[in-house]
Amino acid sequence: MSEPSHVIRFSGLEQTFGRDDGSKVTALEDVTFDIGRNEFLAVLGPSGCGKSTLLRLIAGLIFPTRGEVSIYDLAVSEPRDEIGIVFQRPTLLPWFDVLGNVTFPLRHKYGRVTAEDKARARELLTLVGLSDFATKRIDELSGGMQQRVAIARALLLDPDILLMDEPFSALDALTRDEMSFELLRIWSERLKTVLFITHSIPEAVLLADRIIVMTPRPGRVREMIDVELPRPRSIGTLSEPRFHALANHIRGQLFTRAVA
Amino acid sequence: MRSPTISVDSSSPAPSPETKAPAAVFGPRLRLWADRLSPAGAFVALIVVWEGACRIFSIPTFLLPSPTAIVAAGLEVSPVQWLSNISATLRVALMGYFVAIAVSIPLAVALVNSRFLSRTLYPILVIVQSTPIVAVAPIIVVTLGASDLPRVVITFLITFFPIVVSTVTGLTATPEELIELSRSLRAGRAREMLHIRLPFAVPYIFSALKISITLAIIGAVVAEFVAAEHGLGFFIAFSTSFFKIPQAFAGLAVLVALSLVLFRVCTLAQRWFVPWSLPKSQR
Repeated sequence: MSEPSHVIRFSGLEQTFGRDDGSKVTALEDVTFDIGRNEFLAVLGPSGCGKSTLLRLIAGLIFPTRGEVSIYDLAVSEPRDEIGIVFQRPTLLPWFDVLGNVTFPLRHKYGRVTAEDKARARELLTLVGLSDFATKRIDELSGGMQQRVAIARALLLDPDILLMDEPFSALDALTRDEMSFELLRIWSERLKTVLFITHSIPEAVLLADRIIVMTPRPGRVREMIDVELPRPRSIGTLSEPRFHALANHIRGQLFTRAVA
Repeated sequence: MRSPTISVDSSSPAPSPETKAPAAVFGPRLRLWADRLSPAGAFVALIVVWEGACRIFSIPTFLLPSPTAIVAAGLEVSPVQWLSNISATLRVALMGYFVAIAVSIPLAVALVNSRFLSRTLYPILVIVQSTPIVAVAPIIVVTLGASDLPRVVITFLITFFPIVVSTVTGLTATPEELIELSRSLRAGRAREMLHIRLPFAVPYIFSALKISITLAIIGAVVAEFVAAEHGLGFFIAFSTSFFKIPQAFAGLAVLVALSLVLFRVCTLAQRWFVPWSLPKSQR
């Protein structure tokens, strides 16, 4: 059986939420696109455009009002094992050390952690650059390091799909740039299909193969942009003319909309 | 280039005062001792002022006995009698306290899990809490008879509410992302409660346990005021009724000491068993 070229497919998606006063808010409308195998897709848009809703739909945490979300051509009807999630905040557990946090998904799902699991968690800590920090307490780590632990935790069950909900937006600017390059390195070592939610244009251009630009309420796909910057990308990429051209183009898209 | 290497250096223990120049050592040390001794100093000063005031103004002992008179009265009571009173009060207080813990935490879990239960039970709990237990205590004693049972019930009624409220607050304060993580792993409601919500509530629960342990002593004393043949509450009521005011004060001092020791045990228990739940400075 040949594998389909797409891993995730949104078709004719509409998502409305009921408010407390009985009125309805349309968060997403007529969203249709695919995400390919091992593609790094960034979803870019202003606040309240339903970016995070897209992520929660794939994760099976909420279900669409109309249309369908499918993973490997199977409609998402519950949370699936193929998915790892990194949230905006690291949300680690202070009562476990770093290693305990990385192995937490296994402890939580199956109730036990084997020596083999721990070895795998240590490998992941090495991958995210925290090999010496396995026994550290969470409050001994900086924000960037905590988010590295959260990435390792998301990779523990070796998911095909990595969902990232503005993972670096709570970090300071320097750490944020550093983490972007770290993520590119991690992704190149463990190829995954990535859905990366962000409201930072440079971040999206630097990281992604393709960018989906969303409109504000209701969220629609405004434009789909292929980022044809060569990989591996590095600090040099940031000064390439094509990088700036693309970033300016997207900025123009978002800005005209805001004025209109 | 990466932050870890930088952070290793900054997180290593700060150089100890010994490694600094000798001149710099004396000042901070002295200040440290002054800081440590100041609570005890304030306490001693209060006792001295109290004693002095009693002697200078010749305050009658039935109004305010001097500290020395209180100590003397305390020493007149045999150690065996002290021990039996202390153990009676302690037994009632701890029984009520542990029953309150055993009831309150599962109750809080149930309230958080069921909207129906929280809609129906919560108002009733608030009514129970709003009822002055001191006023109800005599009724409880009449209803439940003359044993430890009514005293434990009274203690329980005074102690349980803060534990329920704090535990509910803690259980619902869990970050939404962790609940989503749990759901994305399909771990189930029981594990979500056990692995995420309950541990997250631990700091809240310990705050309540510290409040409730002192309430438990109050509960036991209130119960002993109403009906008892022994216990520190009984001892104070008995002494007062015979105008042995210094002896009543001695009982009060023992009661305060008992309360402080129990509070301290709570604090230490938190530090030993769940140090992560304390701010860094208190570990």
